[in-house]
Amino acid sequence: MIELSDVTKRYPGGHEAVSNLSLTIQQGELVFLTGHSGAGKSTLLKLIAAIERPTTGNVVVNGQNVGRMKRPALPFFRRNIGLIFQDHKLLYDRSVFDNVLLPLHIQGMTGSDAAKRVRAALDKVGLLKKEKTRPITLSGGEQQRLCIARAIVSRPALVLADEPTANLDDAYARDIMDMFRAFNEVGVTLVISTHDQALIHRYGGRSVNLAYGKLVA
Amino acid sequence: MKAWLTHHLFSLKIAAQRFREAPLATLFTILVIGIAVAMPSGLYAMLSNLDRAAGGVKPQVELTLFIKAETPESEAKALAARLAKEADIARVSFIGKAEGIRKLEAAGLSDITAGLPANPLPDSLIITPRDSNPAALEALSNRLKNMEPTQRIVMDADWIKRLSALMGLGENLVILLAALLGLALAAITANTIRLQIYAQKDEIEVAQLIGATDRFIRRPFLYFGGIQGLIGGLAGGLIVMLGGYFIESSVAQVAAAYGASFDLTGLSLGELALLLGLSTLLGWLGAYFSVNQALRSFANP
Repeated sequence: MIELSDVTKRYPGGHEAVSNLSLTIQQGELVFLTGHSGAGKSTLLKLIAAIERPTTGNVVVNGQNVGRMKRPALPFFRRNIGLIFQDHKLLYDRSVFDNVLLPLHIQGMTGSDAAKRVRAALDKVGLLKKEKTRPITLSGGEQQRLCIARAIVSRPALVLADEPTANLDDAYARDIMDMFRAFNEVGVTLVISTHDQALIHRYGGRSVNLAYGKLVA
Repeated sequence: MKAWLTHHLFSLKIAAQRFREAPLATLFTILVIGIAVAMPSGLYAMLSNLDRAAGGVKPQVELTLFIKAETPESEAKALAARLAKEADIARVSFIGKAEGIRKLEAAGLSDITAGLPANPLPDSLIITPRDSNPAALEALSNRLKNMEPTQRIVMDADWIKRLSALMGLGENLVILLAALLGLALAAITANTIRLQIYAQKDEIEVAQLIGATDRFIRRPFLYFGGIQGLIGGLAGGLIVMLGGYFIESSVAQVAAAYGASFDLTGLSLGELALLLGLSTLLGWLGAYFSVNQALRSFANP
């Protein structure tokens, strides 16, 4: 499903976040990206989501060469990916419900169909009772769950999560990992970056370790 | 089709919401746009009124043809009759030397005429041309000059030339002003949209990350720019109208002083529609330019 071959990402100024990296992820896998901060985990996720383009090498997702994709094609490509951010990137000027509605709205889905799917997603993350509140009133864990609801509402086959449990205490972190586990069980491919080794030991799955932009065995 | 309509209505709703969120700033922007629109269109209205006023005066242009002194009156009258038949002449009236002297006396110059040993005035023809544009007058005057028994042609065409030149200048000024202020209108809109984009940076970025097309993001801003331009155009039309009311009584006074009556006319419906269309278009263009620039700098590399 995801194939990176000899990928290098060099940022302006010369810093090489990812160096000559090759990695294949099969459909339905649950993959943890681990490594110290600055090891290139976030950059790798951004390369897969076409938020960054590789300096050299190829990033192929679902048979599409993401690095060479033309700008007008990017939105349609991203609709197949659920993105979960460490800083949530929620919109605080609208309700919990409207935050989750946004991806559907962008895809042209409106009305009661969309509302049904929003409620289903909110139900999965346990926020159904809070649909009318503003995200700012939610706890850190709830905000992260809202971000997850938004990522899965359009039922993507691939979910990328960048440090989804970084700022959460253990109970919340386990909650969220259980959710990811459940998605994985219904066939969603998940790539999750984390530096929490204990979490990985508990949940198993494949672990890809990065150091200074390179794979470490 | 339904989804498309829903999208547009949603964008319109967002645009309206943004107006409501900053009513004062919006009001000022609309006022500025209104003034930018009112200046060229007001000047245009003024010129078209002036043109109409001048049009009313033009038929009164006259040429005076003085007959050579020794010519018998019958020959002068024959010339008058001949000229009256020509296509580009509306009217010819014969003024004999005796009548000329009487006119001078009636004009209060009897002291002078009384002291003259003999009537020094020649016979003359007052010729009213059909066409009062400067080129036609010039041609007519040249033709008359070469006729027998013409002594001299006096034509007060200078003011017509000046008026015509001034109107030409005025038209060019309108074009220049309209171009500059149209540019200003687009720039004003681009700037307000830029501020909005800055305030909505997070939303735009998130929308791009979860698959929004440029078009989707752009649409509410375009609506905002267009509507702002339209309302600004309306404000401009209103300013022109109020300005017209304001100067109407003084225009009437000026006209009365010239022994005429004159009604100001404002912009016609067609002109108003053109004005609104242009200001909407310029607002839209300003928004388009601004959003496009912003879109390139966010999440899509």
